[in-house]
Amino acid sequence: MIVADKKPIEEIIEDIKGCDKILILGCNECVTVCEAGGKKEVGILASALRMYFLNKGNEKKIDEITLERQCDHEYLEEIRDVSDQYDAIVSLACGVGVQFTAEKYLSMPVYPGVNTCFLGATEERGVWTERCQACGQCILSTTGGICPVSRCAKRILNGPCGGSSKGKCEINKEIECAWQLIIDRLNYLDRMDDYENVYEIKDWSTERAGGPRKVIREDVQV
Amino acid sequence: MNVKTPSKLEKILSSGQLAVTSECGPPRGSDPAEIIEKAELIKDHVDAINITDNQTSVTRLCSLAACIHLKLKGLEPVLQMVTRDRNRIAIQSDILGASSFDINNVLCLSGDHQSFGDCAPGQNVYDIDSIQLIQTVRHMRDEGKFLGGDDIKRSPEMFVGAAANPFADPFEIRVPRLAKKIAAGAEFIQTQCIYNLERFEEWMKLVCDRGLHEKVYILAGLTPMKSAGMARYMKNRVPGMDVPDEVVKRLSDTPKEKQAEEGIKICIESIQRLKEVEGISGFHIMAIEWEEKVPGIVEAAGLYPRPEV
Amino acid sequence: MRLQYPSSIKIIRVPCTGKVDVLHILRAFEKGADGVYAVGCLEGSCQFNNGNIRARKRIEQAQKILDTVGVGGERVQMYNLSSGEGTHFAEFAVEMEERIQKLGPNPVKLNKKEKAA
Repeated sequence: MIVADKKPIEEIIEDIKGCDKILILGCNECVTVCEAGGKKEVGILASALRMYFLNKGNEKKIDEITLERQCDHEYLEEIRDVSDQYDAIVSLACGVGVQFTAEKYLSMPVYPGVNTCFLGATEERGVWTERCQACGQCILSTTGGICPVSRCAKRILNGPCGGSSKGKCEINKEIECAWQLIIDRLNYLDRMDDYENVYEIKDWSTERAGGPRKVIREDVQV
Repeated sequence: MNVKTPSKLEKILSSGQLAVTSECGPPRGSDPAEIIEKAELIKDHVDAINITDNQTSVTRLCSLAACIHLKLKGLEPVLQMVTRDRNRIAIQSDILGASSFDINNVLCLSGDHQSFGDCAPGQNVYDIDSIQLIQTVRHMRDEGKFLGGDDIKRSPEMFVGAAANPFADPFEIRVPRLAKKIAAGAEFIQTQCIYNLERFEEWMKLVCDRGLHEKVYILAGLTPMKSAGMARYMKNRVPGMDVPDEVVKRLSDTPKEKQAEEGIKICIESIQRLKEVEGISGFHIMAIEWEEKVPGIVEAAGLYPRPEV
Repeated sequence: MRLQYPSSIKIIRVPCTGKVDVLHILRAFEKGADGVYAVGCLEGSCQFNNGNIRARKRIEQAQKILDTVGVGGERVQMYNLSSGEGTHFAEFAVEMEERIQKLGPNPVKLNKKEKAA
């Protein structure tokens, strides 16, 4: 899922201080799972902001709505009828949701309430780690299911580098060396011979480097 | 083995004689005088001089420019090139640039992550890794083509090297990793500095068992210890470094003012021992900021004068 | 035990302090409460494993938020005791009440009154 983290409330306060009627818009999907922008977080943020501005003598109308998602037209349309009651939206969705909302509600600013961090998984409650860089050309079949693009700090395809130490990455002892993991897995799967295949230079044109990306599925378009 | 490039280093290695290389770090400024001075100090005692490339991600005068300065003084540089800071366009371009000055040696590295250096918030590139860099240079040289497929007018004549660390983790792939670099096209190897001679000799045995020593020239890396403190630091704080307790003890048992001398002695003894090891084609003496000791080490190890080619 | 504790304290019973959410605490202050505290079992003795630990962490989070919004994190507190420690219960109540008296009314309450006036 997309993993995000709450923005410091000070940033949000700065963004909305000139507005009077704000809608805090949450999302029921990824940001709910990573406890950054779901219904609960919307409630907490809204309550905190209401108290803050009241204490500053600058009381604002701060409402709360949580949509199923903010990356599909249908769900964003659900607030069409009430949108004219507000002069700003703080979206707690990921960067996708913030932008999609902004595209649909042109008459007011849409501010982000979270920092979108990465594509990752829940290791345990409260800990999320990156797993995918959306490079557009998945190579997991050759690396024992472990991605060197997202999990190696140098995205080395013929690893490990000389900095791998006791299974940890040179930049931080808390980070696993992806190549150690890959080697361990290849060993386990009895595929160590694969290790000596030289990985060809990657075509990065399907990742960010190639420009903003698009997927079209003609078979499902109407 | 026949030589494929005008590289002096390649010539010496292919003649079967032991080669000696060393390394210098460029300054953190634009005055080349310092690096030229360091190189001149050691030039008669080594066959080629590596110039580091923004080592530890600390911004310095670039390796390419420093190599050009050395080349213009008639010295033989080894261009160290990391893939951290350049994409494949810049890499191919820099290779051509080096070759235009008849720089004939390149050492292909990935490079320390930028978080170690003075520009931690910077981007990193890693468009290709060190092994793909080896392939790239070989491709440019042997096929005479750019990665994109077009022909190169006057292809670079580079003798291609890579680094190896017999002491790094994980141990079980240390030899397969060397095999991989050779398969990618590495022609010479400079190892990380060696203090655990036994373990190194074990690695060399495995290397020779696979016949890899016949496919690549291996230069054993050595760094003389300046003090017991340095030995302890390298033992405990530098990943991928194996400093046996005996070495630390030997230095700490020596009175402080004699420790540097003892460190040099250890270095010379290591060279003498490694000369006898099958598969060793030479030595890479790394004495950064202590370059003035290199001539003494080379002479005491019986490697002076350097052969003429 | 029929010990005395201040009448200004309103008790809300929950099956476990782990049921208390940051949102409940914030809403209480929004509605004008001058202080909020949670009394949970001793750490290590939670019937639901770590409900009281969750509660402590949420109290800590609420403290930070309340500091930022100008209400004051000292107005919220976590206490632990075992169900037999009636005297502690009374002590906590007194301690909290004294602290809140010193801090004065919740600024949110005051500002709301001003607005209404």
